[in-house]
Amino acid sequence: MKKRKLTLTKKRMINGYLFILPWLIGFIIFYIRSIILTTEFSFSELTVGAVGGYELEFVGLDNFIYAFREHGTFKQILTSSVGNMILDIPLIIFFSLFMAILLNRQFKGRTLVRVIFFLPVILNSSAISTALELSQQMMAGGISAGSSQMAAETSSSGVDVGYYIGLFKELAMPDFILDYIVAAVGRINNIITASGVQIVIFLAALQSIPGSMYEVAKIEGATAYETFWKVTFPMVMPHIITNVVYTVIDNFAESQVVTLAYDTAFTSFDYGLSSVFSLVSTAITCLILILIVGFIQKRTFYYN
Amino acid sequence: MDTANKVKNRIKTITMNPKFVNNTKGMASDFKKLFIKIFSFIVILGICYVILAPVIGMIVNSFMSDADKYNPMVYMIPQNPTLEKYKLAWERMDYLPTMGRDLLYSGSLMLMQVFVCSMVGYGFARFDFPFKKLLFACVVVMIVIPDHSIMLPIYMTFKSFDPLGLATLITGKPLVLMSSPIPMYIMTIFGCGVRSGLYIYIFNQFFRGLPKEIEEAALVDGAGTWYTYFRIMLVNAIPAVVTVAVFSMVWQYNDTFYAKLFLISEDIVISKKISTLQATIANVDKILDTSIQELYLDAGIVLVMLPIVIIYIALQKYFIEGVERSGIVG
Repeated sequence: MKKRKLTLTKKRMINGYLFILPWLIGFIIFYIRSIILTTEFSFSELTVGAVGGYELEFVGLDNFIYAFREHGTFKQILTSSVGNMILDIPLIIFFSLFMAILLNRQFKGRTLVRVIFFLPVILNSSAISTALELSQQMMAGGISAGSSQMAAETSSSGVDVGYYIGLFKELAMPDFILDYIVAAVGRINNIITASGVQIVIFLAALQSIPGSMYEVAKIEGATAYETFWKVTFPMVMPHIITNVVYTVIDNFAESQVVTLAYDTAFTSFDYGLSSVFSLVSTAITCLILILIVGFIQKRTFYYN
Repeated sequence: MDTANKVKNRIKTITMNPKFVNNTKGMASDFKKLFIKIFSFIVILGICYVILAPVIGMIVNSFMSDADKYNPMVYMIPQNPTLEKYKLAWERMDYLPTMGRDLLYSGSLMLMQVFVCSMVGYGFARFDFPFKKLLFACVVVMIVIPDHSIMLPIYMTFKSFDPLGLATLITGKPLVLMSSPIPMYIMTIFGCGVRSGLYIYIFNQFFRGLPKEIEEAALVDGAGTWYTYFRIMLVNAIPAVVTVAVFSMVWQYNDTFYAKLFLISEDIVISKKISTLQATIANVDKILDTSIQELYLDAGIVLVMLPIVIIYIALQKYFIEGVERSGIVG
């Protein structure tokens, strides 16, 4: 039998497919099939058979209706998760940009500081944080104790927060801005620990800006303020998108909706409902991502 | 020449004369620089403190004796430091064997991740084939989609694992792969492990940055595609390999989502042991005071975090460089 000769391009094409083959199989089995199945589950009632298989019974939109109209906590958890995320994104982005600019200058112990800033990414283990939370709850003797402990802490810190809030209120600062700032200060720990990767990405971006641009700006007589807004900011703009995407994903992976979906599936064995939770939250995340990225992309300047 | 030098010197003496120097501007900018320096120093110090404080607190707690915990005079430095908390936590967690098994588990998965993801990344970086753009978009989708949206079908699949009806053919019934690490291995081999999408992305980015001439030289010298990949490209990609290796090691070690989903035994995944440690201490050792229990928990957490911190400190350069490299999307 005469072997058919392949051209070099064809050969390389086949080789390319061979290289990505393991991933392609995995992606089809574990992702595409799973997403289709999750959608199917969410429209049906799932009963696990005795041998290990499962049976599906189509129930239409029942699960969705139940989740949105009758389930006790789903809507609250969803809104608070999404709300926290939207609250956190600008804070994390601005904080990490600010920190990256601070870290970008030369000083002694710069490597050490970078190492410390990246530490939360490494030590971010949900098992440890759950264990710590549990122990806090046990120590204070109940779930509601968390807030009382926080109140005790703020009163002992020697700063009367209420006084400052009142002061700004008298200056006719709008309430919602004040609320946002107070919430931001309260979440400072979360924000710092959640921005390790973002700081490093911004640092890399700052270092990739050619020095000649700053030289030109200086010769043209730009002040530091102008240089920041006209040179630094546009140049790091593309990386803001990267960071927003990373922040959203990272934030959502640890949100309470995931816990809720997990518990619904494996504690109360309501697989259909759990699928609804997963689907709805995933859809909302993707929607937010598309909106934000679209919004920023229009205003982004791409250098070369 | 001589006159020119003379003039230069003359100008120099005049300008250096304190009478003629306008120092106010220089002083102002010096002051400003100093101010910025102090300001950034304070901010950086404060934020470092916020990050390090819980860690330091835990380490301090883990050395405290029971009396120290209730002594209000003791702050930061324990009066009677003991190792008894570590001793008990060590025993209850069965530390060394569990840690060994966990490192073996994370380590073997890490090797698979490096192998599979580098291959896929190379395929995407160097070969042209139909639907390449679409498929690469799928990699990005994989990074973006949260794990919990696919957890149920995966759980169902591995609960009664029956690929192409083979298991039923041989043993008569589908395999139950729950409560073993096998599902994790299967997923990782097929490039869908913990954060595999990100690793594929990192490798793709890196291979695209390597010069094409290396491969052309290999091709001219008669090396096949696979030989080129294993013996030449992979060797050149050592920085990316190390980056992915350390990240996959750490994230695999910290991962609890898949460990919980596949009900992997806590004898293999040590981070699962930490969540039951306090209950064990309370029920087995009858230490019922919750604030004393917390000391044991802290000791356990320090023990669990120790290998990760050691890896991080030894290889911190690769962690940070890895993020830089993968972050530059451009």
